[in-house]
Amino acid sequence: MVDIPYEGIEGIPPAEVPDVELYHPRSWWTRYVFSQDAKVIAVQYSLTATAIGLVALVLSWLMRLQLGFPGTFSFIDANQYLQFITMHGMIMVIYLLTALFLGGFGNYLIPLMVGARDMVFPYVNMLSYWVYLLAVLVLASTFFVPGGPTGAGWTLYPPQAILSGTPGQDWGIVLMMSSLILFIIGFTMGGLNYVVTVLQARTRGMTLMRLPLTVWGIFTATVMALLAFPALFVASVMLLLDRLLGTSFFMPSLVEMGQLSKYGGGSPLLFQHLFWFFGHPEVYIVALPAFGIVSDLISTHARKNIFGYRMMVWAIVAIGALSFIVWAHHMYVSGMFPQFGYFFATTTLIIAIPTAIKVYNWVLTLWRGDIHLRVPMLFALGFIITFVNGGLTGLFLGNVVVDVPLSDTMFVVAHFHMVMGVAPIMVVLGAIYHWYPKVTGRMLNDTLGKFHFWVTFLGAYLIFFPMHYLGLLGVPRRYFELGDTSFIPSSAYSLNAFISVVALTVGFSQIVFLFNLAWSLFKGEASGGNPWRATTLEWQTPETPPGHGNWGKELPVVYRWAYDYSVPGAAEDFIPQNQPPRATQLVQGAAS
Amino acid sequence: MAETVLTNSGQPTARLEGWRGIAADWASDQRAFKNVSWGKAMMWIFLLSDTFIFSCFLLSYMTARMSTTVPWPNPSEVFALNIGGKHIPLILIAIMTFVLISSSGTMAMAVNFGYRRDRVRTAILMLVTAAFGATFVGMQAFEWTKLIREGVRPWGNPWGAAQFGSSFFMITGFHGTHVTIGVIFLIAIARKVWRGDFDVERRGFFTSRKGYYEIVEIMGLYWHFVDLVWVFIFAFFYLW
Repeated sequence: MVDIPYEGIEGIPPAEVPDVELYHPRSWWTRYVFSQDAKVIAVQYSLTATAIGLVALVLSWLMRLQLGFPGTFSFIDANQYLQFITMHGMIMVIYLLTALFLGGFGNYLIPLMVGARDMVFPYVNMLSYWVYLLAVLVLASTFFVPGGPTGAGWTLYPPQAILSGTPGQDWGIVLMMSSLILFIIGFTMGGLNYVVTVLQARTRGMTLMRLPLTVWGIFTATVMALLAFPALFVASVMLLLDRLLGTSFFMPSLVEMGQLSKYGGGSPLLFQHLFWFFGHPEVYIVALPAFGIVSDLISTHARKNIFGYRMMVWAIVAIGALSFIVWAHHMYVSGMFPQFGYFFATTTLIIAIPTAIKVYNWVLTLWRGDIHLRVPMLFALGFIITFVNGGLTGLFLGNVVVDVPLSDTMFVVAHFHMVMGVAPIMVVLGAIYHWYPKVTGRMLNDTLGKFHFWVTFLGAYLIFFPMHYLGLLGVPRRYFELGDTSFIPSSAYSLNAFISVVALTVGFSQIVFLFNLAWSLFKGEASGGNPWRATTLEWQTPETPPGHGNWGKELPVVYRWAYDYSVPGAAEDFIPQNQPPRATQLVQGAAS
Repeated sequence: MAETVLTNSGQPTARLEGWRGIAADWASDQRAFKNVSWGKAMMWIFLLSDTFIFSCFLLSYMTARMSTTVPWPNPSEVFALNIGGKHIPLILIAIMTFVLISSSGTMAMAVNFGYRRDRVRTAILMLVTAAFGATFVGMQAFEWTKLIREGVRPWGNPWGAAQFGSSFFMITGFHGTHVTIGVIFLIAIARKVWRGDFDVERRGFFTSRKGYYEIVEIMGLYWHFVDLVWVFIFAFFYLW
């Protein structure tokens, strides 16, 4: 199916662009702080995203304490509960996952995997990180301003988001919008770099159809982000104007605190359309890099080429394109014209086709593979299971008639946590175990890693699987407490308490992972350049960790696709992408 | 980086026509857009992203305008001026549009002279473009002042739907910001051209990358885009 070209070096076209001269840092500050090296920027992005992500993790504990044991903890009141929900969602979706996948993994892996010395415009890339950091700081500052962060829910729906009575109406919502605007500006600077690097700065022999799927996932997600974030940008600007200047883009005339408000004539639905035109592609902005990375993890650790590479690529592109025409499936109960539901339910279900292609191909890659159950592989398998689980409940929610009774119940919470919370986090963790040796030159501890995986995977299931049942019972989401509700049986309360205990346990067990990261940095076993015996270019760098400029004097030349594992007749069970065909033949000759 | 790709034998690579050519480029190694420099590719992709921003602004404005139950003020009347005792509808907007379209002309000439490495004419034409741009922003400031004096506010106006003022200030403000940023960059690049930076391929202060005359063309892409957006704003906001 995939043609593996074996022509000689004469077949590789000459370099089209002369090798660039990089900016060379002269001091500690320009080397490690205001660095223009994509690898340093990647680490900066990752650490910042993880730090703010830990805040979101703590917020989830507070929420679970309240849900599991209502009335027990007097330091959590209803307003704070709403603030925790809002900040947890916003941080996790945008400031953690988007930043980590694109800013973190994208920055580190794209130049190395395509054989470039750095991103095309390193200075702009550096600015991207600093604007992102500013956005995170503005977001974090909302915890300390009068009134606290906004409690409008991560969807920030007007009119309620900017009316009095919603927590954080004074400062929280204004800073939240400002932070989002900053994030988008920062992301655009980075995103342009990632896209142009993939399109225009590949090394000799690296065609688009030889790119590892990781790059395809991150690349497609970045293109989507560049087209989806504008809608959020516009929505943020307009909501900010509504709040600060008293315009009425989104605000209908309504009675606020017993008085007719100053607003009138705006359309709350318009905000929802703008928000979800961003919000749905955002789901895939988080998912596509995960798809790409997990494909590489599975292929590497099953010692087998990815099944159906071309179809995997086209599935990524198709999912990316389709995700722009499904947004109103988040709005079935919003009061939009009901017959739109036909269209959006249809497009939503069509997405199941390319997604199913991907899942089948992962499974078929594993089929009769030489599976090494190392920690990255465990997380990759965990991803497939949680993703299929979340995808199946997506079929429920994509259909209008099934969605309507399930809307705003814990079923929805269970669905999106499985599909875009747990599943991508599984990939993030697996990817950290996989690439940590390249970043630091040391392996992460295997025993701690396996413990971490089993606690996280089983724990995540124990947390989110029962939530489906709660949702079917009719337990609503975003409620501070259920109160005396006749249709909810008492077992739901016990289940909630159970979920909370597991959530706290799993949350705290992440300390094992953080300890592993810190401990292995100094005490970990030295990994060498290519501990997983992988084919892709980042494992073939002359130094580990890769030096400034990545490749030493000569850029690598690529002769083959990224998945030459267990090639029949080859001396080893992997052939690096930059290994010339002649050398392979010689080795083959020696072997036979 | 506008030169044709050469093979080892010194011959330019064969180029296929039409869709086959596009498919061949995308299937090739190194670059999907052959002979397009990194900077130019990045500007095009940025403009695509920016198109989505302006589209969202304009679509939101149209939604507001079509869904409001209060009458929309008549733009011909609102943007009319009394000149020499005559009441002329949309005259200021017409002049502004003329100025901005003219600036696209001078920008295109600057790009042309840039490729001829004509240092002085390129710089002068870029400065003329910047002057047109500044004039445009100045006239926009005049228009804003006039409307504000007449009682138009983001949250309301004397003639009808409040969203008229909101959309007007937001959309023209956002576009005006684009023009202003363009003027600043035009002046900065004109200075570099004038100084001869691109003749000696002097390194940029921030990027430490060599400077090329192509930057004039990349600047031109941005400038023409801002003009094009104005045409849409003109059509949808003022002429509707």
